[in-house]
Amino acid sequence: MAQLSGGPPPALGPASIGKAASSIDGFDSITSGGLPVGRTTLLLGGPGSGKTLFGLQFLSHGAQACQEPGIFVAFEETAERLLINARSFAWQLDALPPEQLFFLDAQPQPDQQCAGDFDLGGMLAVLQDRAEAMGARRIVFDALDVLLALLPDAAARQREVRRLEQWLQVRALTAIITANSGLDVAEDRGSSPLVLMQFMLDCVVVLRHSVVLGVSERTLRVQKYRGSGFDENEAPFLIGHTGLEVPVVRTLRRADARVSHERVSSGLERLDTMLDGGYYRAASVLITGFSGTAKTTLSGAFAAAACERNEPCLFISFDSDCAEVVRNLASVGIALERHVQSGCLQMVSSRSISGSAETYLLRIKSLAQTQGARCLVIDPVSTWAKAGTDLTTHSVADRLMDWAKGEGITLLCTSLLDELSSQPADGSPLQISTLADTWIHLSYLVQAGERNRSLSIVKSRGSAHSNQVRELILSSTGVTLADAYTANGEVLMGTLRWEKEQLDRRAGEQAEQTLAERLQALQLQLRAKHDEIAALTRFGDERAKALALQRRDLARLRGADAESAESAEDTDRAERPLTP
Amino acid sequence: MSRRHTRFKFRLYVAGDSMNSAQALANLAALCRQHLPDRHEIEVVDVFTAPQQALADGIFMTPTLIRLAPVPQRRIVGSLTQTRPVLLALGLTEDPA
Repeated sequence: MAQLSGGPPPALGPASIGKAASSIDGFDSITSGGLPVGRTTLLLGGPGSGKTLFGLQFLSHGAQACQEPGIFVAFEETAERLLINARSFAWQLDALPPEQLFFLDAQPQPDQQCAGDFDLGGMLAVLQDRAEAMGARRIVFDALDVLLALLPDAAARQREVRRLEQWLQVRALTAIITANSGLDVAEDRGSSPLVLMQFMLDCVVVLRHSVVLGVSERTLRVQKYRGSGFDENEAPFLIGHTGLEVPVVRTLRRADARVSHERVSSGLERLDTMLDGGYYRAASVLITGFSGTAKTTLSGAFAAAACERNEPCLFISFDSDCAEVVRNLASVGIALERHVQSGCLQMVSSRSISGSAETYLLRIKSLAQTQGARCLVIDPVSTWAKAGTDLTTHSVADRLMDWAKGEGITLLCTSLLDELSSQPADGSPLQISTLADTWIHLSYLVQAGERNRSLSIVKSRGSAHSNQVRELILSSTGVTLADAYTANGEVLMGTLRWEKEQLDRRAGEQAEQTLAERLQALQLQLRAKHDEIAALTRFGDERAKALALQRRDLARLRGADAESAESAEDTDRAERPLTP
Repeated sequence: MSRRHTRFKFRLYVAGDSMNSAQALANLAALCRQHLPDRHEIEVVDVFTAPQQALADGIFMTPTLIRLAPVPQRRIVGSLTQTRPVLLALGLTEDPA
């Protein structure tokens, strides 16, 4: 019951074998928990593939974090040298007492002669004593092949391997046996003890260090794991400050990462409007364009906006030095200097990172985690395409976006397009355009002897966005977008747009003038009419007065005694022709 | 001259009563009887009962024979079945030819 409510990998039931955490996150996720408890794991790899480090890391984690003391049996290097080498890592092995981590120097002595048959009984007796005294739970045999090579024949080797395996099994120690696999595991055939161990042991892990197109690549693969599910693919890894670092391919967090409706500003007011409010928080934004289309400028605007909101921002520049970026962006009114000084903005030049795409990813991750970055800019991400094979770099870009989303980091990547490539709008070299949530494409429009920058939103998931191409204008006061004119099916930019604007203004002015003139004429007409009416009214009044006088005189003459309706009628009749 | 009177001191590490160890002990005893009559000393140490000593002596394979005297120390690993290499290693033959 307790087991069911326990750890994160719930795939296997209570009857499944126990797992001993290796402290290598990615490896524990590949094997859903780590190495099999109480069983032996064979770690195969060529020279310099990281076998010894894996073993040391496994023991140091066990001793420091799991209360599982460990023994390291060194057949190849002396304990002293191992400790010196391990100082470059963050394990602090020197601080561990021998009761926690015991080194057994078992290098064959050079002056030692062999005559006849022998076995590992002596070593096992010594180990037994130590293991019981310190209550060891973990043990590593480093470079067992060195010891096996001393044995006279294949039969003896097989016998000793079996002896060792049985000894481990009886004591239920969680063990790692490392062995040099030479250049190719498949070459060791037949009675080789390595082949035997691969069949006999419960778990086999193969480390590989190769150079692909001049770029070093380390991979790790679980060849077999009895009683447990595992990821069968080769997982790239690198050796960093904490030892082996295997990136977690699938983060569980990703699946239920909270979807944000919050918007973050792109740094350009009009672009925010075009995007219906800005980018989504934790979205992946891709800006593609040829060189010189102001990709860095847009990135800088985004970074500046993040810092204005007091959000820590990490800016990785592959193209130019950080100081150069700051200077160049200042020339277009994007002030990053004070954010760099306040520590809100961390700028890292690629010159401090070298290696494969995998290295970049891990470095960026650890930088972002240390800083607590909420916004991340990578300018340009297409540099990765040069580091290693397409396959691995593609998966790195994948994981970068996955990781950023899981962490709630808004990611902005720029991608340089090859100006000579036939389909420039096809996407980025890493094919991340399909993964990105928002894709902004920058381009040039060469027209009438001018090269003007244009911006269009290719896609923006989950938000209404403008489908119009805009002109991107850089000036010392800032970056703005301008409406692009279309005329006769062509987009007008730069001077042409200005001319068109001028033309429109002139036409407007003309129309206004015409109207004003007409207004003036009409007003004159109106005034004349008023005068006319006034004159007529005056004339009418006089006539009415005269008629009234006439009527009175008439009445007097007639001697009429009463006013009749007739007379009113008369008046009406008399007046009617005056009013048309 | 002095060589003929040097006392030889051996320490043989064995792993319980395993076959290799038993063979080594038998072979060593025979060699000593033949080449070093009355001027040898054999100490047998069982790694299972004295693991600390084995660790201190750096014994990882059994059987291991250490020639403690005369100095310098010599080590031979194995059941000591091949007589000639053992004699050479222990410096018991006059000429290696």
